[in-house]
Amino acid sequence: MTTLNPEVTRTDSPTRGGLWGWITTTDHKKIGILYGGSAIVFFVVGGIEALLIRVQLAVPNGEFLSADAYNQMFTMHATTMVFLVVMPAAAAFTNYFLPILLGARDVAFPRLNALSYWVFFFGGLFLTVSFFVGGAPDGGWFGYAPLSTQVTEVVRMDYWALGLQIVGLASLLASVNFITTVFAMRAPGMTLMRMPVFAWMALVVNFLLLFSLPIITVGLIQVFLDRNLGTLFFDAANGGDPILWQHLFWLFGHPEVYVLILPAMGIVSEVLPTFSKKPLFGRSFVIFSGIAIGFMGFGVWAHHMFTAGLGPVAEAAFALTTMFIAVPTGVKIFNWLGTVWGGSIRLATPMLFSLGFIAMFVIGGLSGVTHSVAPADWQQHDTYYVVAHFHYVLFGGAVLGLLAGLYYWWPKITGKLLHEGLGKIHFWLILIGFNLTFAPMHILGLNGMPRRTYRYPEGLGFEFWNFLATFGSFLIAVSMLVFFWNMYRTWRKGEVAGPDPWDGRTLEWSISSPPPVHNFDRIPVVEHEDDFWHRKYTIAEDGTAVAVDPPPSFDFEPDENIHLPSPSFYPVLAGAGLFVTVMGLVYVPWGLIAAGAGAVITMWGLFGWSMEPLTREEH
Amino acid sequence: MTAETLAPETQDEHPDMNDMRKIAMWAFLGSECLFFGSLITTFLVYRTRVGEGPSASELFDIPFTSVSSFILLMSSLTMVLAHHSATRKDWRQMRVWLVATALLGMVFLAGQVFEFTEFVHEGLTVTTSPFGSSFFVLTGFHGAHVAIGVLLLLTTAFHSYSGRLRQGEGMNVEMVGLYWHFVDIVWIVIFTVVYLLQV
Amino acid sequence: MSSRKRTVMLLLLFAVILVVSACSGPDRLGIDAAFDSDLPQNALDPAGPAAQSIDNLWWLVFWIATAVFVVVEAALLFAVFRFRRRKGVDHAVEQVHGNTRLEIIWTIIPVVLLAALAIPTIGTLFELRAEPEPEENALQIEVTGHQWWWEFSYPEYGFSTANEMHIPAGRAVYLTMTSADVIHSFWVPQLNGKRDAVPGRITNLTLEADEPGTFLGQCAEFCGLAHADMRHRVFAETEEDFEVWVAGQMQPAVLPTGGLAAAGLESFEISCASCHTVRGSAAAAELAPDLTHFASRTTFGGATFANTQQHLREWLRDPSALKPMRPELNDLSAGRVLGMPNLGLTEQQIDELIAFLDTLE
Repeated sequence: MTTLNPEVTRTDSPTRGGLWGWITTTDHKKIGILYGGSAIVFFVVGGIEALLIRVQLAVPNGEFLSADAYNQMFTMHATTMVFLVVMPAAAAFTNYFLPILLGARDVAFPRLNALSYWVFFFGGLFLTVSFFVGGAPDGGWFGYAPLSTQVTEVVRMDYWALGLQIVGLASLLASVNFITTVFAMRAPGMTLMRMPVFAWMALVVNFLLLFSLPIITVGLIQVFLDRNLGTLFFDAANGGDPILWQHLFWLFGHPEVYVLILPAMGIVSEVLPTFSKKPLFGRSFVIFSGIAIGFMGFGVWAHHMFTAGLGPVAEAAFALTTMFIAVPTGVKIFNWLGTVWGGSIRLATPMLFSLGFIAMFVIGGLSGVTHSVAPADWQQHDTYYVVAHFHYVLFGGAVLGLLAGLYYWWPKITGKLLHEGLGKIHFWLILIGFNLTFAPMHILGLNGMPRRTYRYPEGLGFEFWNFLATFGSFLIAVSMLVFFWNMYRTWRKGEVAGPDPWDGRTLEWSISSPPPVHNFDRIPVVEHEDDFWHRKYTIAEDGTAVAVDPPPSFDFEPDENIHLPSPSFYPVLAGAGLFVTVMGLVYVPWGLIAAGAGAVITMWGLFGWSMEPLTREEH
Repeated sequence: MTAETLAPETQDEHPDMNDMRKIAMWAFLGSECLFFGSLITTFLVYRTRVGEGPSASELFDIPFTSVSSFILLMSSLTMVLAHHSATRKDWRQMRVWLVATALLGMVFLAGQVFEFTEFVHEGLTVTTSPFGSSFFVLTGFHGAHVAIGVLLLLTTAFHSYSGRLRQGEGMNVEMVGLYWHFVDIVWIVIFTVVYLLQV
Repeated sequence: MSSRKRTVMLLLLFAVILVVSACSGPDRLGIDAAFDSDLPQNALDPAGPAAQSIDNLWWLVFWIATAVFVVVEAALLFAVFRFRRRKGVDHAVEQVHGNTRLEIIWTIIPVVLLAALAIPTIGTLFELRAEPEPEENALQIEVTGHQWWWEFSYPEYGFSTANEMHIPAGRAVYLTMTSADVIHSFWVPQLNGKRDAVPGRITNLTLEADEPGTFLGQCAEFCGLAHADMRHRVFAETEEDFEVWVAGQMQPAVLPTGGLAAAGLESFEISCASCHTVRGSAAAAELAPDLTHFASRTTFGGATFANTQQHLREWLRDPSALKPMRPELNDLSAGRVLGMPNLGLTEQQIDELIAFLDTLE
């Protein structure tokens, strides 16, 4: 029987450069970079959408955007940021670092990994195309039926339903791949409990995706069929029930929130110990609280529906589950505090972002607790208070955490250190801008400003806070420009990082920066959690760390038989076929011809794939 | 470039392709449980919402569907036999059982097509009532899964016949088997919930 | 911050101000003039028992959250300053891996806090979700959400009105809500939390105002193009004033018999009767607001425009220019109404219609 990585035979260089090399790559690191690059591009797109929203709302009775344009903007801003920025950014880090953190040379299924990326890419492209063909989706990222199924003559929500469907498919494929990677690809000695916390959080996230995506898939199928085949799932006049959609959506949607935040929590759990010179406090508690959050995440969905009329018993039950999901979340925060407590804290940029993450996430978490108080939520629901809350979780939390990861791992990925001074300017600007933007929204919401309103009249007391929020949003934009400048500057003349610039703890720092294509010259044999740190340090009798003298060498003669999967053209082909298919499905019935053609292309891709050996035979 | 061989020194520390595919298949099937779970839940919510159209008790022909369910159940038996032959490396026998499984699957599908046609004649389509929408979408997606299973079975048999993938054959049969049994089990749930529990 | 940076920041601020102030449209609602309060839609300014209960609960959770916030953020800041590496040199650090006792403590404390919060939460929840007792003699109002206006029917009195609800102060009002099209959410922050109006379902909400007053609200569930312009007002009045109002609303319209207004009635029955009702006239369709006593309302167009001749004129010239709607997608036979179409009225017809509408006291 054949065996896969790292032992499979390889004759073709996976490092082949050029555009074609990137398109056909099956190297998890290159795919990670593709995910990350895409996330940054979409972050700019979603950010511009946000700025347009903020300009429109800066003054009462705004006329900068029409209601129609505004509804597209907030729908696409959320859709973009959730599905095309935070999820792929987390997928980028997972792709790049999960195998390395586990001591592996690739993910379990490299070509499936490439397929995940290309399906995601074409899904994002598909959603973006909608802007240029009659308008983007405008029914909200949550697509509440029957609004999303009401006007079938306008295909915008078909783009939304199909776009989410394929982006979801990409995540589903990736989750199968990552779960298998964790269970099957760990280096010798890398027991589950020795896995880095980021790997743990990635595992939890991918289980959440595995079990939540099929639910939204069913919901989206129903929306699509209601729109295009005349089914009656959400047609109240004929016995359908719009509330069913809400259940399906939020049964996916709430676990999705943890899909967005847990990777950032994993990153922070790596960064804090490194820059505090201490191991993660209560490591197993951090891991188990992550698992607990994952489980409980499936039991709180109806708190998004406190005003929908579920009845007091259901509302009380979900109020309780929602309150108590705060407990494992709190455990994490306290353990992070315990980690920095008593450490030797180096306030480098990744650390600043991680500390910012904690400070902001605490606010988001606490305002989340105020939502769990169901009667209070009847006031807060669908107001700017909620907008403030989830931006503190998803921007103050997820985005700051992901930026921490980017600063932390940038030298590993590129071999060069981002400029510290610019990084600090970026941090302070984004922290101030973020708070100026979103803190006022708490007040706006409590003062009665609903979400998703393209204008508000004078005299409701919304003017000042809205203006402040708009100002803050431009400060965020400036901070991102600083960041992009930093990336460009580093690319031109960045300081060379070396393999271990932060005195890291986990395996990625034991290999060169950037890592060789095969990751490890020799597959490590793991003896500890934070194994790399334990090779550099021993613990003295007083409990402090003592550097091993002389420092250990990690220059191995490479294994003689390192085999990596060949590049493959079929994943991108199958992804492109899917793109053609969904483009066709938007324009049912005549588009069915294109859909059929797309399906044939996809089948060709999959069939060619199944025929293609993982590693190319010698000619 | 030279073809390189396996690296024996690390081989035992890494799972083979077989194990990984099994993990992946189990993960995928776990996801499928939620997929069918959502479809079945939708059906349960809507099964009495028949509007002007026919209701479940007016439509269902339990003896007929029992027979087609039995046929699908039997296909799980032939699937087991195919896998058994594969573990004995009796490829000829294995192909026979694979094709038999596929044929039973096709008979089931034919039954479903017949049943759908009957229902449409009796006035139930996807647009008649939420009951109709959820019934056809649930059983239709199940049928699509059976159809994909038939394709996988025939492809595996064909690969085996043409000598491709000889090495991984047994494993491929196991994968297809996992999938096939899963689709069967889902049908048992659907048959029970949709057809039998219609009080 | 260096002076150059400060200049850049100031320039940026001015640029933002310039861009956005150029984009501000005229104020058509005139809330400033009509309300004493600076925050007339404020959930933190309860004016009825339900809103008051919620407010009490809110301040409880707010102070608990604030205490936790202060403790955690202070601990974080303290740790960062206290254990910060000095002069780029690491100090010796004890490699602590954890402390089970601490873990137990910081699991138990949140559990206790949350349990303390859960009890009043559940209590208030059941209390506010309960139907009013029969002896409270609650006023029944049927609320139907439409894109993008509210229909308020008073079944005891047999009339319906739009966007402006009158209620007796000091008496419970029991709303029975549904929707004619998509999901809406009825919300008057000073009186109670919001409740969705869902097509095919009935939901309920109890309103009660302590004192007479006017309370603003608006649809809180995104319902399409003009969601922002789906507003409503609640006028709480003394029982006497309320009875007077009801008596007036129960009457059919007094139709004009001569002059501009009579010509307007004729136009109305031709151009408007396929959607609107004016009781007493030939217009009796129910796809759009009942206009029988239109002139008695302070606003129109989803309570978004002050009911003035100038606004009416603009509206009648082209409704979608004032409020974003999609009348081109109307399908009256299927009951899908996405706004009032531009009727292509002449200025003469508009004059007549305004004159007619002005008579509908």
